[in-house]
Amino acid sequence: MKDFTTTNFSQNVFDFEQSQVLDKDNKTSKTEVGDYVRLGYRIAEGEKERVQAFEGVVIARGGGLRCANATITIRRTNQGYAVERIFPCFSPRVDYVKVLKKSKVRRAKLFYLRELKGKKARLKERFAK
Amino acid sequence: MIKGLLGKKVGMTRIFTNEGESIPVTLVEVPPAVLVQKKNLDKDGYEALQVGSVAIEKKKLAKSTKPYLGHFKDQPPTKYLKEFPADDIDALEVGKIFDVSIFKSGDLVDVSGISKGRGFAGVVKRYKFAGGPASHGHRFHRTTGSIGQRKFPGRVFKNKRMPGHMGAVKVTLQNLKIAEVDLEKNLILIHGAVPGANGKLLTISKAIKVKIKAKN
Repeated sequence: MKDFTTTNFSQNVFDFEQSQVLDKDNKTSKTEVGDYVRLGYRIAEGEKERVQAFEGVVIARGGGLRCANATITIRRTNQGYAVERIFPCFSPRVDYVKVLKKSKVRRAKLFYLRELKGKKARLKERFAK
Repeated sequence: MIKGLLGKKVGMTRIFTNEGESIPVTLVEVPPAVLVQKKNLDKDGYEALQVGSVAIEKKKLAKSTKPYLGHFKDQPPTKYLKEFPADDIDALEVGKIFDVSIFKSGDLVDVSGISKGRGFAGVVKRYKFAGGPASHGHRFHRTTGSIGQRKFPGRVFKNKRMPGHMGAVKVTLQNLKIAEVDLEKNLILIHGAVPGANGKLLTISKAIKVKIKAKN
């Protein structure tokens, strides 16, 4: 406990979130918009727990990058049907995130992909230098 | 032990349980408070503990009145004074310091604060009137509408809901659950929202209606 006479209101949300966020190894911190990722999400099936993989393009990052609210939106297209899922970055249910491919993108949010189909919905791959 | 303390609303964030459940929480900073005076039945007609929290800054000390500073006697003078009930008043000595450890995670608390001021608000915002359609030739949008009848009763009834100043009043939320207590940082994490803007003073006391709830 701090000395009583010097106590004053001093906390802020940012500091608290940093202390929470920095504790955990952020598995999603290396992902960027445009990355093709595979994300393992732990789901409970009855009493058992298993890891379900979800693969797709990161089309948005939300809720602030290093805040407790941070999320990533992953879009996956299968046989012409697209699924988008939003994952909270700091949820303990996120088991792993693997970046499989990186792409050259010029936008922070790739919502325009929703209107495109087939060959037009591709992104140009970016290779590590 | 004392049944409440003063705190400051820090802001809202979220925490995750180990199962991955996300809990929206409000951070409330509860600095240690010193017991300044004991109110007793003989002198005051009721029993309570008066505690002070947040030390007065040196600059402001000169501006405080002597009667105010004198009230603290040997205790350090504080910015805020507040009375709370307690169950073991006789056992506690003036000068005892209470801190955030009087709360435990899972406790139910009542939180009071001054709600955000909304200024002069219309009836749609203030009393949730439905209002009218926005378009298709309507002229009745967000106005009050009729406020009474004709020659009888010939007046507007008292308490008729009309536009006026909204917010900036004392609001108490009961039976809020404490998600976590951080003893090092003097923080408590309360499930959900609490009244008022960030940085404003709050009164956090142990829930008074919890027993009735447990019976049902």
